[in-house]
Amino acid sequence: MQFMLLFSRQGKLRLQKWYVPLCDKEKKKITRELVQTVLARKPKMCSFLEWRDLKIVYKRYASLYFCCAIEDQDNELITLEIIHRYVELLDKYFGSVCELDIIFNFEKAYFILDEFLLGGEAQETSKKNVLKAIEQADLLQEVTQECQTPPFTMKMNI
Amino acid sequence: MALKIVKGSIDRMFDKNLQDLVRGIRNHKEDEAKYISTCIDEIKQELKQDNIAVKANAVCKLTYLQMLGYDVSWAAFNIVEVMSSSKFTYKRIGYLAASQCFHESTDVIMLTTNQIRKDLSSPNQYDTGVALTGLSCFVTPDLARDLANDIMTLMSHTKPYIRKKAVLIMYKVFLKYPESLRPAFPRLKEKLEDPDPGVQSAAVNVICELARRNPKNYLSLAPLFFKLMTSSTNNWVLIKIIKLFGALTPLEPRLGKKLIEPLTNLIHSTSAMSLLYECVNTVYIDVNTPPLPSLSLSLCLYLSLPPQLCVQKLRILIEDSDQNLKYLGLLAMSKILKTHPKSVQSHKDLILQCLDDKDESIRLRALDLLYGMVSKKNLMEIVKKLMLHVDKAEGTTYRDELLTKIIDICSQSNYQYITNFEWYISILVELTRLEGTRHGHLIASQMLDVAIRVKAIRGFAVAQMATLLDNAHLLTGNMQRMGICEVLYAAAWICGEFSEHLENPMQTLEAMLRPKVATLPGHIQAVYVQNAAKLFATVLKSQEGNTDSTAAQETSQLMIDRLPLFVQSANLEVQERASCILQLVKYIQKLQQKDVEVAEEVSALFAGELNPVAPKAQKKVPVPEGLDLDSWINEPPSESESEDEQPKAIFAKEEPKHSRPRREEVDEKELAKRREARKQEQANNPFYIKASPSSQKVYQEAPGVEHIPVVQIDLSVPLKVPGLPMSDQYVKLEEERRQKERAEKKKKEKKKRKEKRSGRGKKHDSGPESEEDITPAHQVDIVTEEMPEKSSKHKKKKQKKEKEEKEKKKKKKHHHHHHHSDGGGEEAVQNGTVEEEEPLLTSLKNKSSTYQVVVSVIFENKCDSFLKSMEFNVLDSLNSKLQRPEGSGPHDGLTVPFQLPPGVSNEARFVFTVQSIIMPQKLKGTLTFIVKDSSTHEKLDFKLHFTCTSYLITTPCYSDAFAKLLESGDLKCSSVRLEGVNMPFHHLLARICFHHHFSVVERIDSCASMYSRSIQGHHVCLLVKVTVSIDAKCDEPTLLGNVLDEIKQTFSQC
Repeated sequence: MQFMLLFSRQGKLRLQKWYVPLCDKEKKKITRELVQTVLARKPKMCSFLEWRDLKIVYKRYASLYFCCAIEDQDNELITLEIIHRYVELLDKYFGSVCELDIIFNFEKAYFILDEFLLGGEAQETSKKNVLKAIEQADLLQEVTQECQTPPFTMKMNI
Repeated sequence: MALKIVKGSIDRMFDKNLQDLVRGIRNHKEDEAKYISTCIDEIKQELKQDNIAVKANAVCKLTYLQMLGYDVSWAAFNIVEVMSSSKFTYKRIGYLAASQCFHESTDVIMLTTNQIRKDLSSPNQYDTGVALTGLSCFVTPDLARDLANDIMTLMSHTKPYIRKKAVLIMYKVFLKYPESLRPAFPRLKEKLEDPDPGVQSAAVNVICELARRNPKNYLSLAPLFFKLMTSSTNNWVLIKIIKLFGALTPLEPRLGKKLIEPLTNLIHSTSAMSLLYECVNTVYIDVNTPPLPSLSLSLCLYLSLPPQLCVQKLRILIEDSDQNLKYLGLLAMSKILKTHPKSVQSHKDLILQCLDDKDESIRLRALDLLYGMVSKKNLMEIVKKLMLHVDKAEGTTYRDELLTKIIDICSQSNYQYITNFEWYISILVELTRLEGTRHGHLIASQMLDVAIRVKAIRGFAVAQMATLLDNAHLLTGNMQRMGICEVLYAAAWICGEFSEHLENPMQTLEAMLRPKVATLPGHIQAVYVQNAAKLFATVLKSQEGNTDSTAAQETSQLMIDRLPLFVQSANLEVQERASCILQLVKYIQKLQQKDVEVAEEVSALFAGELNPVAPKAQKKVPVPEGLDLDSWINEPPSESESEDEQPKAIFAKEEPKHSRPRREEVDEKELAKRREARKQEQANNPFYIKASPSSQKVYQEAPGVEHIPVVQIDLSVPLKVPGLPMSDQYVKLEEERRQKERAEKKKKEKKKRKEKRSGRGKKHDSGPESEEDITPAHQVDIVTEEMPEKSSKHKKKKQKKEKEEKEKKKKKKHHHHHHHSDGGGEEAVQNGTVEEEEPLLTSLKNKSSTYQVVVSVIFENKCDSFLKSMEFNVLDSLNSKLQRPEGSGPHDGLTVPFQLPPGVSNEARFVFTVQSIIMPQKLKGTLTFIVKDSSTHEKLDFKLHFTCTSYLITTPCYSDAFAKLLESGDLKCSSVRLEGVNMPFHHLLARICFHHHFSVVERIDSCASMYSRSIQGHHVCLLVKVTVSIDAKCDEPTLLGNVLDEIKQTFSQC
């Protein structure tokens, strides 16, 4: 997989993950172009399109478009499956996920994605394992957060 | 007080976390940019604080802003700070930010190596995990090299969580640092049998990806994978394994035999469409299609599964209600079509059904398939179906697509599948009724093509076309249909040309002369007028046979009445034809009134038949013996007469040969710079006609530079030469070029050698022009054998690009030379921080009385340390000054805009202003730099030579002009003898041409005259004799003296 984009129906980017090194300018150009192309497609159309020398696989969940770019030899259906898994993971994690969850916790969305995919390849096919890893990491985060003095105590100390 | 400040700032830093930022942005929809810029200011403040929590919060916000498209590269170092926090919370944020913001050219990545190594070996598996995840996004070749071992160790970590990440990231490491593959491979192979399925699948993933790049090396793993394939139930893994076999089987056809059984089982048993699709797609199709066509056949045999099975399975996909499966099924079908058209054709009905699909992309796929599926038998049926779709298709794009597809399908391979052309003509006529199509032209060309090439159809075609003409108002009724009126062009021509087939020519003639015709586009009217005349001839012929002569006279009168309408046309072509024909008809009328029979003679005007010519017909005409297109028919004329015929082909033929090496010489950055310079120049050049943007693109992408417009180049030159009126210059240059072309012809026998060298010569005469602006005419004259010392500067750069082994050796030598002559540099060289600089005069630009000289300097770091903070400084002379940015003093150095890792070279450009060009210049300069390891300042002295030669432009001159120049008496004389030169005369000339930018004007046996011109317009003329003496004339004696000295020096060194 070359990259994954999440964007809203209004064309606002919600998440981007690039597995190929590109400069910012190129990324922006690709994003703009793709968002336009995908949004212009009618709802009943199939999820695949050929774009440059890549294949684009996208799927719409509520107001969010999940869009992946894969190489010519990659399997479109499995990519759809990856998108679906990711959505399921988000759903499990946030508890019936909505666009706002991803906007406000965008770093969490990234963490989940990073546990699921690595370097553009699926690293864990078991949903349970992914969620377990995320929960434990979160736990670790909370522990460290408790160790550190929370902001308001600092204020009071002063 | 101080406490208050601290408190205040702490208050502030926590009043906006990520959620607040997001909320803020959403609340400031109108002035988002402004709001974000204040946020960024806040973030900058936060980043300045020491508290890591504040920094992490700021970095987190930046990551969000980065996603929105804001540049956050300035915070790269802060990201590294947050990454190196010991707290997992912050580390996680830091790595996330890094993986989103860093890319290969982010320089702080170099600082992260140790931090990442530390994190990789952290006892906490999540620290390691986060580091691996981050690394997978921003790994660089350096990081890959430095960390390969650490990651390799992690592949055997106790935790499968780490193992699987490590295995996956190894793939990225291999890509960046291929040397790591060999040592890591055994361990990677082990992981194929890892007890943890996740790790196992990761290993399969990596090996599959590797094998796709280079299958040969992985053949030995086939048995292992075979075992995995038969035992695994994980579809993700299976898909990868099948992909892998797809890559391996072409190399080892025996594999195919073994695969039949498990694959067939999979195909029959799996419920996962993705797996089924993979089986069908990869194994049957990707393998069966080129690049290994010869093997594909054997593979099919070995697999010995009928393609029908595969097509049947695809049929299931296509029949599925899921759009995605349908689409993929069609896609795969079109791949099978190439190898097994028969088996696909039997599913025609299904494909045709897909044309009804509501998804346009599916319909287009189906259309693509249909193109390959037609046969003589089913063509009419398929087209009929398509015509139905044309009628009900909504949206002009799709309809146009259908239209072109219909025409494509019918006309493919010379109408191979059409059995009945009457049918085809009526299809075309039907298509003209389409609303709003843009493809009128396409239909028209088909009509013409068929009518001309299929004789038997003409009668029918003419009848149809006559109807079209008669109903022309239907086509041209509204403006939307303007595209379709092109068909009237074809209709009018066919009716006129084959008018003998018309049933009622009079009626058609009348239709063609209707006043409404005048609203059609000019080119169509012109055809109308011309063909009306043809029809007129036919009508006359039939009418004169009758006893009643009034009918014929009435026809003439009709013409005379109607034609004036066209005589008034604004279109020149229409006007011209109409007035011509009008006069003709008037004359005919006169004759008719005298009862003279004219029909025969009028028809004679249009006698003869147009025959189609096969595209390859020309090849069948034998070349007459002794025909030499390159030889002169007459002595080359000295006047400018043959301007037009002067074969530009010379350029076209030679260009590609030049262009190839040239392309390699220039790197992207430089190209961009030059392009910019050229654009500037073109903008200033009143004679330059701006090219369309697309042509520029072509130039940029395609290696064929043969379309560089010659005229444009010549035009740009006069601006460079001050003191002469523009138009004179233009004429002169044109003459010179023409003369030059003749000279080239004469010197044909030299050509081969020249071509070899011209690529290199190109650079040199680039002198004062920006480098693109080199006419091929310029460089062809340059013949050279080898380089003298001064050119080594120029040369080095080229050699690097050309990568010619032999020349590389030479380069070394030249380096030495350079150093000796430069003297000063050597101490620094011996210090161990060896560094090279090569000044290269690239472009001179005229600015009233001062000239700008751009010097490219290549810095090459030959030592083992990293060099940074390089400053380039030159001691200005009165005449030549280094251009420094505004506000800096005359002795300040210029910072070199890059650092040099060991063994790397890079080029920087410096602009000098030069006042007088008649004297050579030597500028002393120093380069200071810091060697990273020792952190000491080092200095390297050098000298920059601005030779007089470098101000000369290779300018062609022809003998007449040359003679006049010498006779004029304005030139001062000087001469020089070259001692101890014993090389062939043409070599000698070649050297002068090459090194001193001269061109040969004329060569007569034992002597040759040569010419060059300085950027200020000084003429320099040489008469070189075999006795190696040079007589020279120039209007500037000082310049001449210096040039001669330089020539002398060149030859004294060889």
